[in-house]
Amino acid sequence: MSDLTDLYQEVILDHNRQPRNFGELVGADHKARGHNPLCGDQLNVYVTLAGGGVIEDVRFDGSGCAISKASASLMTEAVKGKTLADAETLFKSFHELLTGDPSVHAAASTELGKLAVFEGVREFPVRVKCATLAWHTLHAALSGDTERVSTES
Amino acid sequence: MTIDTIPKTDAKKAPAAFDVERIRKDFPALSLSVYGKPLAYLDNAATSQKPESVIEAEANWYRESCANVHRGVHALSVRATAAYEGARRKLQGFVNAADAREIVFVKGTTDAVNLVASTFAKSRLDPGDEVLITGLEHHSNIVPWQLVCEERGAKLRVARLNDDGEVDMEEFERLLSSRTKMVAVSHISNSLGTINPVERMIELAHARDVPVMIDGAQAAPHKRIDVQALGCEFYAISSHKMFGPTGVGALYGRLDLLASMRPYQGGGEMIRTVSFESTEYAEPPARFEAGTPNIAGAVGFGAAVDYLLAIGLDKIEAYEEGLLAYATEKLSAVPGVRLIGTARHKAAVLSFVIDDVHAHDVGTILDQEGVAIRTGHHCAQPVMDRYGVPATSRASLAFYNTREEVDRLIAGLAKIREVFGV
Repeated sequence: MSDLTDLYQEVILDHNRQPRNFGELVGADHKARGHNPLCGDQLNVYVTLAGGGVIEDVRFDGSGCAISKASASLMTEAVKGKTLADAETLFKSFHELLTGDPSVHAAASTELGKLAVFEGVREFPVRVKCATLAWHTLHAALSGDTERVSTES
Repeated sequence: MTIDTIPKTDAKKAPAAFDVERIRKDFPALSLSVYGKPLAYLDNAATSQKPESVIEAEANWYRESCANVHRGVHALSVRATAAYEGARRKLQGFVNAADAREIVFVKGTTDAVNLVASTFAKSRLDPGDEVLITGLEHHSNIVPWQLVCEERGAKLRVARLNDDGEVDMEEFERLLSSRTKMVAVSHISNSLGTINPVERMIELAHARDVPVMIDGAQAAPHKRIDVQALGCEFYAISSHKMFGPTGVGALYGRLDLLASMRPYQGGGEMIRTVSFESTEYAEPPARFEAGTPNIAGAVGFGAAVDYLLAIGLDKIEAYEEGLLAYATEKLSAVPGVRLIGTARHKAAVLSFVIDDVHAHDVGTILDQEGVAIRTGHHCAQPVMDRYGVPATSRASLAFYNTREEVDRLIAGLAKIREVFGV
């Protein structure tokens, strides 16, 4: 199923056109910069944590392809209000959806919710990095790794 | 049975008409299909496809002539050496060097630039000296100079581009000074297709006794090269960009300069005598060819030269000019498309951006339509910065491409607009 409409689902196109939580988060206590040298995608992820390790607010900015922008947008919606541990679990499930064994990730897709629209990306291996860039950057921001994140590292 | 099985055809005797359909049959990859659609290969500036004669020349060398060069007394070694040195003479002819010893086999253009930067330039650069390049350069004609400048306390100067993607020649001239010890420029830009006025650049540099290296990687598949007419000190080309195998290239260097240069790498083949106290180096080109070279690659490279000359570079240039004009007109007419690089003198490279659609998405959608293009920064990030774009989509044409393939590119762009609703 490597049809283009599987990759460019309406939800993805919508979030590309109108990314949610887009723009710098002033006063963020965690941030990181992600870079995909293959295509020049650059994005910043900003996070504010509340007590108990809950993601109070998360925003992003930068430039990138439709997949990376939509992924960042949907990610911010998905992790806002979640604990750090839950966000990490979600990242693992998301990664599994894109690169793992399809029979295994079927179970995980319910918890992924809207993020499941990226399932089509698995048929386009060169685009997996686009979809995971925001997540790697979020991970770096939260683990205090403020060095630039690169999909090639 | 011998190496020279590729018929040598004089360019003058080639058929008058440029028969692109007949030419396409020489390239096995051009009849491939992807996703059930015939492949339209428009990524020739990245690498070119190979004609059967090149593939066969390389394979036949392994079948019938495989031995090391310049070492053995046995029959195969003699045959291998003849093939390797024969390829060198073909390259000599291709760039019109005065002497075959002026052709050094290297890994490719990148290797050639590194060789010249780390031997010739390094020995001439003192703190405060300058190397002049242009804003059009590929990373491979930037980074080796940065490295040597850093090591020697010298400075890299860059002549800017105008909005069309041409080097600002007034600035180029202004930047040439008594501190300038080296000029390095590309003949044709890989990212924009601009053909640099290298004749004028060489003239200006030579007026101040500054040696010039030309990166000819993109020029070799499109233009006749004549290093004697140009008068440049160094000229580098890559086999794989000109329908030959990957992993081999040629550096032309003026003989007296090569003879004055220290070796690039040490090893076998590049020496005359070795003792633990001292080593006497071989004469060029062997001095710069340490270790067993890419013999099969060089033989295939020679076959690519034969192929190009048989068609005739003047014919190729004329055909590509027509194709570029056609593609430029068609592409310019697509709503939302902006061409990056509109130099008056251009090779068949079309770099473009589409409003609200990232190059990476363009590449994926065209790929699904069977159209192969390059997307990204094309190893020329400073060029992207100059035009304020993170990346472009680039269609780069060769003489085997057709108007029908250009039409498929245009149809693919319509598909993108459909998917993205722009």
